[in-house]
Amino acid sequence: MRREFTRRDFLRMSGAGLAGASLLGSTACGGSTGGGPVELTFWSWVPDIINEVKMFEEAHPDIKIKYVNAGQGTPQYTKLRTALKAGSGAPDVVQIEFQYIPTFQQIDALADISQHGASEVENDFVDWTWGQVSEGSAVYAIPQDSGPMGLLYRKDIFDEYGLKVPETWEEFAQEASKLHEANPDLYLTDFPPNDGGWFTALLWQAGSRPFEGSGTELTININDAAAKKVAEYWQELLDAGTVDTAPSFNNEWYSALDRGKYAVWISAAWGPVFLSGVAKQSKGKWRAATVPQWNAGEQVSANWGGSTSAVTTQSKYPEEATEFAIWLNHNSKSAKMLANKSFLFPTLESLLNSSEFRNQTDPFYGGQEVNSVFVESAKQVKPGFQFSPFQDYVYTQMIEQLGQATSGEISMTEGLDNLQNQVVKYAKSQGFKVRE
Amino acid sequence: MSGQVSRAEERAKRSEGPSASPLRRRRLLQAWAPYLFLLPFMVVFLVFLVLPLAYALGISVFETRLVGGNVFVGLDNYARAFGDASFWEGVRRMVVFGIFQVPIMLGLALVFALVLDSGTVWLRNLFRLGFYLPYAVPSVVAALIWGYLYGPSFGPFTQLAELLNFPAPKFLSSGWMLASIANILTWEFTGYNMIIMYAALQSLPAELDDAAAVDGAKGWQIALYIKVPMISSAIFLTVIFSIIGTLQLFNEPKIMYALAPQVIGNDYTPNLYAYTLAFTNQEYNYSAAISFLLGAVVVVASYVFMLVTNRGELRGR
Repeated sequence: MRREFTRRDFLRMSGAGLAGASLLGSTACGGSTGGGPVELTFWSWVPDIINEVKMFEEAHPDIKIKYVNAGQGTPQYTKLRTALKAGSGAPDVVQIEFQYIPTFQQIDALADISQHGASEVENDFVDWTWGQVSEGSAVYAIPQDSGPMGLLYRKDIFDEYGLKVPETWEEFAQEASKLHEANPDLYLTDFPPNDGGWFTALLWQAGSRPFEGSGTELTININDAAAKKVAEYWQELLDAGTVDTAPSFNNEWYSALDRGKYAVWISAAWGPVFLSGVAKQSKGKWRAATVPQWNAGEQVSANWGGSTSAVTTQSKYPEEATEFAIWLNHNSKSAKMLANKSFLFPTLESLLNSSEFRNQTDPFYGGQEVNSVFVESAKQVKPGFQFSPFQDYVYTQMIEQLGQATSGEISMTEGLDNLQNQVVKYAKSQGFKVRE
Repeated sequence: MSGQVSRAEERAKRSEGPSASPLRRRRLLQAWAPYLFLLPFMVVFLVFLVLPLAYALGISVFETRLVGGNVFVGLDNYARAFGDASFWEGVRRMVVFGIFQVPIMLGLALVFALVLDSGTVWLRNLFRLGFYLPYAVPSVVAALIWGYLYGPSFGPFTQLAELLNFPAPKFLSSGWMLASIANILTWEFTGYNMIIMYAALQSLPAELDDAAAVDGAKGWQIALYIKVPMISSAIFLTVIFSIIGTLQLFNEPKIMYALAPQVIGNDYTPNLYAYTLAFTNQEYNYSAAISFLLGAVVVVASYVFMLVTNRGELRGR
């Protein structure tokens, strides 16, 4: 039986006088035609994921998967929202980034799949990734890949200017001024004003907890002490002019990384493969290191990016959909393929700890075992960070404030205060009970 | 007189006998035929324009909250829009932008059209195609191309300036951004407007040229005093299109946003603002109200332009 029960099917069937069978719901309709394979729709933008989908279908002849690439990130979310509003057309299983889980949970888009087998695999995933997809006993998605933070740096520039790989943010600031003084054309790094996800990861690492609570009650502390510490730190670097403030993820920026204008990209576990694709000329000059610490001797990291597979509340087959979501990310063969062929950084403990994964080397990084750097980082990610239930709005406003702060109109701290006020105002207008 | 009328009526009545029925049917068909041909358009017009507008108007009087759902709020959204500094600042920016960009673009288009029309240009078709070609490039692609050219560290202009030891032009700085966007739009749409004017020029009778030449008018005088006034309705059309296009500017600032987020906020143009409200802030209802208000601004601006030009014509007479 086909999954989509369209209006035309409905009319045809009622026209044929199938009065005996209840026409409401798919169970009746499945019952009247006999059980064929269940067809699920799956939206994802992971390259080549069709291969894992085919593997799943071979192992599960009773489930057919209709794979659709509905766009990467925002374009897909826009389509998903439209389908949710329309009441039909949403996929059964959909790729959602960690940072947008609460946003879609808020509009009841994600089914609680804890009863369909999701709870049983909890312990196989990295703790904090499970924390991002669950709330109490409820589970809203299966973790797919993650982005624990790390530094990617140019060994050639570090050697030429006698720089030391910074272990603390304090050292990072010292190396930044050392490099910029030695060569005013170069910067230790770029502080992009257009990336809310990146800046949020910095806040996360410092221990900021901007959002807490669920449902209709929300505690908002975007400008808490930890966040102010981050703001004041970058303010100093901005004032000294030792970091650049160019927007990231455009051709200018890729060229800057490729041609050595920046010696460091404060990046995440998916960064190494991404960088090797956009800065091809600089092959062999890059190395990876752990993210600088706020207090010497600590080992605290944060997450930037990464996705999950979620089951939508529109799915008529939540059980089968959950089975697919789990298999895709939990089956050892599938998870390994996602890691090795699509270069997703794993969320599965067994895969992270396998020497085969950790010991992979890449000539782009001079043969360094880059994965092992990020595996360490994955274990150091501070748990308990919560995103807001309206993350698009928070990012838009954050970028607005970062833009003004990097162009010197306001200070970083003022930017955080403004952000706090705007988000509180927005949350109240959306009907939340807000505590500050 | 009345006798004549009644006789005519009688004639008409007589002709309505059974034998006249096919004729009447044909007349009826003739009367309905235009509407039959218009039907496909009307259907598409209704389904894809009138209905969405009605839908947008409908949602603009509601407010959907993440907690609490859909509430009828009457004209609250419009009241908020009227007092929304972000919206009016965007409108003001686009008006300033239009005052400079539209005359430059249409002036260039008119000059190109007149030169091509003068018949003294070799390879006329090649030039015509060349001017028109940028319009065939999708505006998103055009903005991407120019975004690369404007690049502040590795763009070709910057590299050239560095080579010659000039200070690099800051195309993407707040002072230059409007001019940079104006340049992209001029590049894109000059050819399009030129084609409209050129087509109008081509339809002018050649005798006028000859007569004016016999009277001793020079080439530029013929262009300025004879041709331009005669294609004024075509020029008028291009101005109206440009006013509408300017107030609805979206693609170019949207692309430039990725390159200069400090300069281009999410409310840089009214359309960009409406887009942000709907698709990142999830304020569909308010966005609908903003869109209607923008529509009203466009209507008013177009009407004001028509009023001004009409008055000019009256005074001329």
